[in-house]
Amino acid sequence: MSLFLKFLVAAVAAGTPLLFGTVGEILNEKVGHLNLGVEGMMALGACAGFMTAYLTDSLALALLASFAAGVLASLIYAVLTVTFLANQNVAGLTLTIFGTGLSNFIGVYMISRSAEGTLKLPAKVTASLAAVHIPGLSDAPVVGELLFSYNVFVYLGVAVALAAGWYLYGTKTGLNVQAIGENPGAADAASIPVNKFKYINLLLGGGICGIGGAYCSMIINGGVWLSDSVGGLGWIAVALVIFAAWKPQLAILGSFVFGGLRVLKYYVPTGAVPIAFFDMLPFLMTALVLIVTSMRGSKGSHIPASLGVNYFREDR
Amino acid sequence: MEQTERMAIRCSGITKTFGEVVANDQIELSVRFGEVLALLGENGSGKTTLMNMLSGIYHPDAGKIYVEEKPVSINSPADAQALGIGMIHQHFKLVEVFSAMDNIVLGTPGKKLGRKALAAKVRELCENYGLEIDPEKPVYEMSVSEKQTVEILKVLYRGARILILDEPTAVLTPQETNKLFNILNQMRARGCAVIIITHKLNEVMAISDRVTILRKGKSIDTVATREVNAARLTELMVGHAVTLSIRRPEPQNVSTILKVVDLTVARPDGSLGLDDVSFEIRSGEILGVAGVAGSGQKELCESIAGLTPAQKGAALYHKENILGKAPQEIINLGISMSFVPEDRLGMGLVAGMGMTDNMLLKSYRNGKGPFVDRSPARRLASKLVEKLGIVTPGIETPVRLMSGGNVQKVLLGREIESNPNLLITAYPVRGLDINSSYTIYDLLNQQKEKGVAVMFIGEDLDVLLQLCDRIMVLCHGKVTGVVDAKTVTKEQIGLMMTGEVSA
Repeated sequence: MSLFLKFLVAAVAAGTPLLFGTVGEILNEKVGHLNLGVEGMMALGACAGFMTAYLTDSLALALLASFAAGVLASLIYAVLTVTFLANQNVAGLTLTIFGTGLSNFIGVYMISRSAEGTLKLPAKVTASLAAVHIPGLSDAPVVGELLFSYNVFVYLGVAVALAAGWYLYGTKTGLNVQAIGENPGAADAASIPVNKFKYINLLLGGGICGIGGAYCSMIINGGVWLSDSVGGLGWIAVALVIFAAWKPQLAILGSFVFGGLRVLKYYVPTGAVPIAFFDMLPFLMTALVLIVTSMRGSKGSHIPASLGVNYFREDR
Repeated sequence: MEQTERMAIRCSGITKTFGEVVANDQIELSVRFGEVLALLGENGSGKTTLMNMLSGIYHPDAGKIYVEEKPVSINSPADAQALGIGMIHQHFKLVEVFSAMDNIVLGTPGKKLGRKALAAKVRELCENYGLEIDPEKPVYEMSVSEKQTVEILKVLYRGARILILDEPTAVLTPQETNKLFNILNQMRARGCAVIIITHKLNEVMAISDRVTILRKGKSIDTVATREVNAARLTELMVGHAVTLSIRRPEPQNVSTILKVVDLTVARPDGSLGLDDVSFEIRSGEILGVAGVAGSGQKELCESIAGLTPAQKGAALYHKENILGKAPQEIINLGISMSFVPEDRLGMGLVAGMGMTDNMLLKSYRNGKGPFVDRSPARRLASKLVEKLGIVTPGIETPVRLMSGGNVQKVLLGREIESNPNLLITAYPVRGLDINSSYTIYDLLNQQKEKGVAVMFIGEDLDVLLQLCDRIMVLCHGKVTGVVDAKTVTKEQIGLMMTGEVSA
C-alpha cells in the first residue's frame, strides 16, 4: 500500500510540468491558435528559471523569469500569427526549434564559464523547492502524504489550472474568448476586441508554459543543469489538450495520469519488461489518445471550430 | 415616410477600392428614422461593401458618413454598435456551439447574468417585438429562420436604432419572409431606420418606402417605392430594359428516362437525408425541386450521381438500376450532375486550376497512352468562353480568380458539352445577377428542347414556377408533393416546403 501511495505522489510530481504546458496550450487554442511551440516555450522557461535561480539565489525571481521568458517566446509567435497572419504550424514549429536550441546554447555557455564544469542550484533555492510542510495537515496519515507533501510548483500548477478553468468557463470574458476560438468573425461583429484577447491569451499561455519549463530544469534533475531537460514534455502537453477536451480542470487529471506513466518504471518489478518500454509509454499513450479522439469525431469533443485558422477582418 | 423624421444615416461620396477593383464609387445614400430603405443592385454592384463600411468591417477610402447628421468615423464593429448601427450579415455571424442567449449577450458590456435572469431578459425582448426563440437552444440545432431571429435579437439587445439586413430572405420560405417583414414593419413603426439589401423585386415593392439602386459600384438613383414598378426598377438596376419573364417551351416527345423508387439515403450523422423518395424525370422537360436548404437536395444529387450509397430503393435509368454503380459508369450512361454549393466552388471544379484543366477532369480518361493530351480540353475551354460569353483573362487563369457567374458558366458549360441525356443541376444561379441568371435559364431551355431531361434544384420559387414544367417539393427528406408548375401558387409550395400540406 505504501508503495502505491508513493507511486501516486510521484505521479503528481511528474505530471506537474505537463499540467503547466497543457493549461498554457488550452489558453492558446481557445482563441483559435494551435501553438506547436510549447516545447520551445518550456525550454526557454527552463533556461531562464534555472539561470536566474543560479545567479540570484531567489526562487521567486526564478519563477518570474521563467514566466517572462514564456511570455517573450509566445510574443514572437503572437506577432507572427495574429498581426502578420503567418502560418500557425510553421511559426509554432520554428518556436520549438528556436527555443530548445537557444536554451541548450545558453546552458553550454554558462557551463563553460563555471569553475566546477557543472551548474548546480544554490542550497537556498533547493531548500525552498522541498515539500511544503503544512503543520497538522502534512502529518496526517495517508491524506497528509497524498495531498500535502508537494513542492510549491504543484500547488501553483493546480491553482493556475483552476483559475484558468474559471476564467474560460465561468466569466463573461471567458465567453468572449471562447467565441473568438469558435468564430472570430462572429466575435468581431459582436464588437469583441479579437486581437487584444488573442494576444492576452497567447502571452498568458506562453508564460504558464514557461513556468512548466522551470519545473523541468530545477526539480526533475535534482537541481543540476542538463541539456534538453524538457525532453518532449511540450509535445505531450499539446496532445493532452485534446485528452482534457480543452478544459483546464480535466487537464489536472490528464497530466497526473501521464505523470504516472512517466514514473511507472520505478514502481514495477525489474526484469519483466525492458525499462525502455516504460520510457516509451507516455508517447505510446499520446499516440493512442490522438487516434481515439480523432475516431470519436467532432461530436462531443470541444475543439474550437476555428483552431489553426488566422483571422483577418477584411478577408473576402 | 414623413419628411419630418430625422435623418439616420447619410453617406456622401463613399469610395472603396480593393486593389484594382473599384467596389464603391462616389456613393450617395440616406435613410431616415421610421423608414425602410431597399438597396437594390446586381451582384458585384457594391451593396454589401457599402453596408460593411457602415458596420465597421471595412473603412472607406474616401467620402463621409453622417449618423444623425454628425460626421462619424466607423473603424470597427464596436464603433458601429456605439452609434446604434446593427447589421445582420448574409452569412450569419453566430457561434454554433453557444445557446441563443449566449450569442445574444456576447460582447456586450455589463456583469455576467445568471442563466435564468438572462433567459428571462431574452424572452422579454422577444415579447416586445413578437419574436419567438428558445433562449437555451444551441445554434447548431436551429433552422435558418431561427438563426436569423437570433441575429435580429442580437441587434435589438444592443439597442440598435439603425438596422441593416443583407439579403435576409435568400434562405427563407415565403411564410418566413412574411414573418420577417412583419417584424420590420414593427420596427419602422417604432421609429427605427431599416436598410434591406435584396435583389428580389417583389420584396422591394412589398416592404420598402424608398429604393436606392446601385449599378457597378455607383449609386444610380433613389426613388420612392410607390412611384415605380418592378420593370422600371430592373431597368435602373441593369441599365437597360429587360423582359422579366422566363421562356417556357412546351415539352416535346416526353418519355420517362429516370424512375426513382423508394430512395432512402442516410447522412453521415445517421439521420435520413432522403426518406422513401419516389418520382420520375422525363426527357424534354424540366423538373424543379423546391425545398428549404438541407431538405435532402444534396443527398438526391449525390445518390443519383453515385457519390453516396443508398440504403434502400432504386433509380431506374432506361429500366436499369444505376444505384451502386461507380460515378464513372453513371457519367458514361449520359447522366451529368452539376452542383453549386454555398461557397460556389467546392464541388465540380478545382479552384486552383484553369479552365483547361477543369475540362480535363472529366475527359482525361478518354485520352490514349500514359500522357495527358491537353489540346481537346483547350479547344473545349475556348469554345465555352466564346459560346457562353465567359469573362476571363485566359483559359489557363485559375477559376477561383473568376467571378461567381463566370465560374458557374464554366461548370454548367462543361456538363452540357458532355451531351448528357439527364442533366441534374443544383443552384446553378446561386448568387448570380439577372443577366447571368437568364443566360443560364436559356442554356437549360436549350437542353430541354434538345430532348434532355433536366432536373433543376433551385432556391427562388418565382424562378422555379416560371422555368419548370413540374415541381417536386422536398421537406425533411420526404417528397411532400409533385405539382404542375403552371397551376400551382407560391403559397402552396411554401406550405409544402414546411410540411404543413402535401399534395
